[in-house]
Amino acid sequence: MNDQRLEFNRRDCVKTAGPITGAAVISVPPLIDARDAPPSRVSMNILINGKPCSFTVDPRMTLLDLLRERIGLTGTKKGCDHGQCGACTVLVNGRRINSCLSLALTNDGETITTIEGLAVGDQLHPLQTAFIECDGLQCGYCTPGQICSAAGLLREAAQERTELTDDEIREQMSGNICRCGAYPGIVEAIHKVYRQSRGSDDSAAGRG
Amino acid sequence: MFPFEYERPTQQDKVIDSLSRSHRTKILAGGTNLVDLMKNGVEQPERLVDINRLDLTGIVQLGDGRVRLGALAHNSDTANHPLIREHYPLLSQAILSGASPQLRNMATNGGNLLQRTRCYYFTDPGFPQCNKRLPGSGCGALEGFNRIHAILGSSRQCVATHPSDMCVALAALDASVRVQNSKGIRTIEFSKFHRLPGDTPSVDTNLEPDELILSIDLPPSPFASHSHYLNIRDRASYAFALVSVAAALEMDGEKIQSARIALGGVAHKPWRATEVENELVGRRAARSAFESAARLAVRDARPLNHNMFKVELVPHAIVRALSLAGGVA
Amino acid sequence: MNRVDGKLKVTGAARFTAGFKPQNGAYGVILQSTIAHGRIARMDVGKAESSDGVLAVLTHRNAPKLPGVEERISMLQNSNVEYNNQPIGVVLAESHEQAVHAASLVKVRYDFLPSKLDFQSGFVRGYPGSHIGEPGDLAFGNVEDGLRQAEVRIDQVYRTPIMHHNPMEPHATIAEWDGDRLTIHDTTQNISGHKEKLATIFGIPAENVRVVSLFLGGGFGCKGEVWSHTVIAAMAARYVRRPVKLVLDRPQMFGPVGARAQTFQHLTLGAKPDGKLMAIRHEVLAHTSYVEDYLESSAFPTRVMYACPNVSTTHRLVQLNLGTPTYARAPGVATGTYAIEVAMDELAYAIHMDPVALRQANYAEVDAHSKLPFTGKHLDACYSQGAERFGWSKRNPEPGSMREERSGLRIGWGMATETCPANSGPASALVRMQPDGRVLVPAGSMTTAVQSNARFHGHNASAGEIIEATAAIEPDESLKRKASAHSFGAVFAEVTVDPELGMVKVRRIVAVFDVGGVLNEQTARSQFIGGIVCGISLALLENTLVDARTGRFANGNLSEYHVPVNADIGEIDVSALNIPDTTFNSIGVRDIGEIGITGTAAAISNAVFHATGIRVRDLPITLDKLQAHPGSNN
Repeated sequence: MNDQRLEFNRRDCVKTAGPITGAAVISVPPLIDARDAPPSRVSMNILINGKPCSFTVDPRMTLLDLLRERIGLTGTKKGCDHGQCGACTVLVNGRRINSCLSLALTNDGETITTIEGLAVGDQLHPLQTAFIECDGLQCGYCTPGQICSAAGLLREAAQERTELTDDEIREQMSGNICRCGAYPGIVEAIHKVYRQSRGSDDSAAGRG
Repeated sequence: MFPFEYERPTQQDKVIDSLSRSHRTKILAGGTNLVDLMKNGVEQPERLVDINRLDLTGIVQLGDGRVRLGALAHNSDTANHPLIREHYPLLSQAILSGASPQLRNMATNGGNLLQRTRCYYFTDPGFPQCNKRLPGSGCGALEGFNRIHAILGSSRQCVATHPSDMCVALAALDASVRVQNSKGIRTIEFSKFHRLPGDTPSVDTNLEPDELILSIDLPPSPFASHSHYLNIRDRASYAFALVSVAAALEMDGEKIQSARIALGGVAHKPWRATEVENELVGRRAARSAFESAARLAVRDARPLNHNMFKVELVPHAIVRALSLAGGVA
Repeated sequence: MNRVDGKLKVTGAARFTAGFKPQNGAYGVILQSTIAHGRIARMDVGKAESSDGVLAVLTHRNAPKLPGVEERISMLQNSNVEYNNQPIGVVLAESHEQAVHAASLVKVRYDFLPSKLDFQSGFVRGYPGSHIGEPGDLAFGNVEDGLRQAEVRIDQVYRTPIMHHNPMEPHATIAEWDGDRLTIHDTTQNISGHKEKLATIFGIPAENVRVVSLFLGGGFGCKGEVWSHTVIAAMAARYVRRPVKLVLDRPQMFGPVGARAQTFQHLTLGAKPDGKLMAIRHEVLAHTSYVEDYLESSAFPTRVMYACPNVSTTHRLVQLNLGTPTYARAPGVATGTYAIEVAMDELAYAIHMDPVALRQANYAEVDAHSKLPFTGKHLDACYSQGAERFGWSKRNPEPGSMREERSGLRIGWGMATETCPANSGPASALVRMQPDGRVLVPAGSMTTAVQSNARFHGHNASAGEIIEATAAIEPDESLKRKASAHSFGAVFAEVTVDPELGMVKVRRIVAVFDVGGVLNEQTARSQFIGGIVCGISLALLENTLVDARTGRFANGNLSEYHVPVNADIGEIDVSALNIPDTTFNSIGVRDIGEIGITGTAAAISNAVFHATGIRVRDLPITLDKLQAHPGSNN
């Protein structure tokens, strides 16, 4: 393996100057100082909660910021912006993802469902009703992400025909952090809707 | 983030071409690691080549019994695929124990191979010392917090670990990585895909800058009925492994015909514990055999100030994983 | 009764601060230091200023001078750097992406000064501190005499780490000026306090400041004070003459918005062989910053928890080049009850006494310090009901004696007392009854507002009339001289410990609370559970890693700073006695938001000891700490 060649290709990085205890430049040095400017805006089409939309976006804009800052769908939340908490969970083509790590323009042509798209008119989605009834929330900040994630989970379970015990619900919902500690209510709410969707009236079955 | 050019080709050749023209070009697949690092300022590509339109998502069984995992298949789809569940449950288990469901839905097989370390001193450019991020600047973890760092195969330049769970299983299963460059297609044995840090920790893999991963190929496996992925972490889920073990046994009655043991959380790449594997061949699958063999894995361990516990934990973890794989109490 | 704002929250319609977008607003991104102590020698902002979409870069060199400067937070008034991640400037741009990028282009040169980062070596410079007017040093009886009379002694050090609140909602401010009038949308728990503070800082009348905080995505104490970013956002808005929206990134929240201070707690218990406490000495060291004193008052609960005639409590502050700590859920009490309740468990083992019986043997009928009766105390019922619900009588006290045959897991059962002071302050409310029958109650604390059933008298009104009533209550100050107000509880924990791998799981928690009357069972339950989840987190997960060379947090993000995920939480059984405390106030209710965290970490630590025979005295209890003892895995 020609390590030298690889090393040459990655050589253009700026070293920090000086030891730690002296006066030194300590900030993020850009790898290159000047570049020809790439296009600052790119156009895209996207279907959001059933509505077709077109935008020109800064390529650096995430799907999360597109939803919140451009469109005003502020239900989806920014908790960490690095895929570490799940508050930004939305459904893309029915699958749950972290919208903070998805660049907006990569979703050109895709179908997005956010928390605002789950209810049908005044009729709440069963998960929304269950979260209220089972008190699966406190401050409400992580709640949209929890519910979209739960919707994604129920779809995954149906598709893979897996049995969702309570322990499985806990594991499969571990990508959504709740600092208020509403986890027991969250699990209860999802369990309730899962049982309803399976047509089982024995709510004790599946607890594990 | 620096502004970048964005293209989304539909042909593999076009991707190779873009990669060849500039090393400041990065492939964007799932984005779960790249976009994260771009936000931190660790990665600053000039051009993103979004490869999600390429036809590399299939998971198929080849004529010779191998299974080919498309580079663009999502981690979750791979883990849940009937072929994988049936023939490589170890891989399925490993993938499902990593990250979160949302991240597994986004992440791709190729991207998982290329994900970068989660060492604190690497991911945060506010730390001045990181030879991986800034060659020559030193290693912040050596005298810093190194509880989550390597005990095997490291150097004074870098003690980082590879964070992937999936890769540990692939290492155990002797996968190979099929890649394309401007000259054609070549195959890299999995054990040769990831590098040890040595003097060049800024280079994680032996993939050339102009190469595109097409697939990960799995040889036919005799291990499906006796395997287990054990993931030991600081919390129940959504955390990187402190130590993980992919253990697989090929059994002949009660005797071990062959064994595969790969370790995660201990080195710059998934670590095949070959001395342990060799020691187990011909032995009866029992705790006593596992215990005496497992110690071999850490014979050359070089722990750091905060990760001594891994030297003790690794043999226990190997014994546990083998016990679960072998159905032994 | 379901939450009145439940529908707003589950549909995403509840508007949190960062969800607002001002007309013609600019986006602000804070710049932060990367050294622990020194001065900014030079800031190269040229590339940032000329970057696309940038309106301005504000630093100490061009920030306007403010009339009401406070040293406690960074208002860009000087070049001093007192901790790593201290705000040192702000970039303003048309879009968030442009502001973030421009911020990365700013280069800073520092003149370093020596920094103090090591807590332990700072003990010699410790000085007395106080908490909300209560002295840190307080003693009664004679501890030396008590220790001499005691035949059994427990003398140990317990440590808790720096903890970051990490509410799910990052701090955010939207500031807009209209002449001399400032409107702030802010993630604050303290609307009226913010109003006063900002008025003083900007030298404008308080009536000119409007603070809006409709929904708050968690605070747990870190959103009570006015922090740097709020002032900087307001300053920036005035500078660029446009509204400014500034939202902190998660890593930016480590340092400038408070944390729970680390503690070093030296506890000495002296007791008779029958369990009667003769003396308690509780010495606490906690860190603070160089710009403000804040004391984590861990030994305060020790003054009232048990019927011990000789008690000495001291607190010492150690200044470090770190951000200032602040109130965190059950300030002082969370960390202090951890220490004393583990010490009590150690005492129980030393004299071969059941841990619950030991608590009961030292039951305080009156406040041990003031000798005043309690306003309402039914802790004995918490112990007995909790033990009953948990099945405590089946416990074999021998460590390591309870095992799960099939898996080999060790089972541990531990318990602890929970306690929290009951607070009261002036309160006012406005109630508006609409013709359609709806009642609107805007209030200062959203959690309180939605919890209560309105208790108002009937009023005959003519059709279509809107009835509005206001009420203001001052607490009865004389009550403090007549009775001691606290809430209580008993918490029981079951853990499993993997004997070879060291992983700990909290399988089950049972807790019974005496918090006076309960107004809303559902929301009370959620607060108890929330506190307990924090207690589990304190015991097993949370830790802030301060790099000793740079003073920078190594794990300043939600990937490496561990808070519980769903799979970490097992069964939690909470109940309240619901016995109104009408001595405390006329509706008989005490606060409940914090008590769940108290004692819980100790119950879990004690359970881990019961399972393994290993006593870990510094949190969090991670698997490597359980491995450190040879021969412990038998």
